[in-house]
Amino acid sequence: MAGSNTPNITPPRWLLAELSYKCPLQCPYCSNPLDFARYPQELSTEDWKRVLSQARKMGAVQLGFSGGEPLTRQDLPELVAYARELGYYSNLITSGYGLSEEKILELKNAGLDHIQVSIQASSADLSDHLAGTESYAHKLQVAQWVKQHGYPMVLCVVLHRQNIHQMPEILAMAETLGADYLELANTQYYGWAHVNRDQLLPTREQFLEAEKIAQAYKEKVGNKMKIYYVVPDYYEDRPKACMNGWGTTFLTIAPDGTALPCHSARELPGLDCPNVKDYSIEAIWNESKAFNFFRGTEWMQEPCRSCDEKHKDFGGCRCQAFLFNADAASTDPVCSKSPHRDRVDAVIASATESAKTVNEKPLVFRNSKNSKNYL
Amino acid sequence: MINSEQILKFSPGYRLQWEEAQQKFVILYPEGMVELNQSSAEILKLCDGLNNLSAIVTELETKFATSGLEADISQFLKVALQNGWIQYA
Repeated sequence: MAGSNTPNITPPRWLLAELSYKCPLQCPYCSNPLDFARYPQELSTEDWKRVLSQARKMGAVQLGFSGGEPLTRQDLPELVAYARELGYYSNLITSGYGLSEEKILELKNAGLDHIQVSIQASSADLSDHLAGTESYAHKLQVAQWVKQHGYPMVLCVVLHRQNIHQMPEILAMAETLGADYLELANTQYYGWAHVNRDQLLPTREQFLEAEKIAQAYKEKVGNKMKIYYVVPDYYEDRPKACMNGWGTTFLTIAPDGTALPCHSARELPGLDCPNVKDYSIEAIWNESKAFNFFRGTEWMQEPCRSCDEKHKDFGGCRCQAFLFNADAASTDPVCSKSPHRDRVDAVIASATESAKTVNEKPLVFRNSKNSKNYL
Repeated sequence: MINSEQILKFSPGYRLQWEEAQQKFVILYPEGMVELNQSSAEILKLCDGLNNLSAIVTELETKFATSGLEADISQFLKVALQNGWIQYA
């Protein structure tokens, strides 16, 4: 539990509504928990409406409908309309699978602000292989419809060793599709990506080369296409300011109603994350053990505790600290000041070695069959 | 330089909105939010597809019973255009 000095609690600003863990795609870097099959229950429409109202009242304004694939929920247009009425700026984070032009129009009329379409690679064969589903051609079509119907078009490509060599083609594809925003998200190694890390983590040379290409392109296109570049933190020497600080800004609600301070927090032991079926968002945000656990700086250990950068990066990522050190309160080992930075370097060395082998271990795809192995 | 005759409007996908919880106006856009001070909000509220720079200056100088606002307003609108929040209608 956090220390006795109660830190100043700021209200939530971003709400991630994970409507369902169901997904027609099987991306091997999915951030959903490995044991998602354990949680087949989904909140009702009324539950979601209550969550949206309560969070909005506290000040949440950016809303992401995510999953799994949020389109699997039949009540999506109803929830979108409700969110618009409350004044949210809402985003549909989708694979585009099964998304028709009619649905795009229906959601537009309901008040959806933008659609973020993910594409797995710049070529059909690789994109379909990574998605575990034939979906590339339809994704391109969806991206065109999104653009045609006046949404800002946000294209998201998750980067890793299987596709990072396509950086020039990925950039060209985004420009051809008329993307207003391109999110180049280097894989973050939690959930399924953590299992597949040896096969997904690019080598330092690959990462540097790709970053150079993206940077040059960014300067070339300027404001026409805004590029968000999510860095692979293993190659940094300071950790990311994860979630802008625990319990300060972000609130994730999982499909079964579990409230999480970040979408990976389900992996952390001892948090007892509360459920929106039992508590109000206000009680969860202000009073729950989970949301207060890593608030402020009292919980920190050395070297974070006496570090003059602790208000800048908040000690990094709690999930990463747990995955590497089996101690979620330890310093994120990405930090060069961490006594366990060598563990990150060992992982980089292992992935670099794996990259050289001819017959790499196959990827573990994210699907319910594989998830049941983690129950 | 801002063209003082051309009408200004909000760019598609950008939304100007009063936030009760924050007691301020904000601009919302994909993956982001800009918090506005009062004078910025007053200017942007008039970028509604009906006004040009001249009209915005006149309106605000009347509203606040002052004069000489053109340089500041023009400077701010230039930044707003560069950021893509607003565009010429």
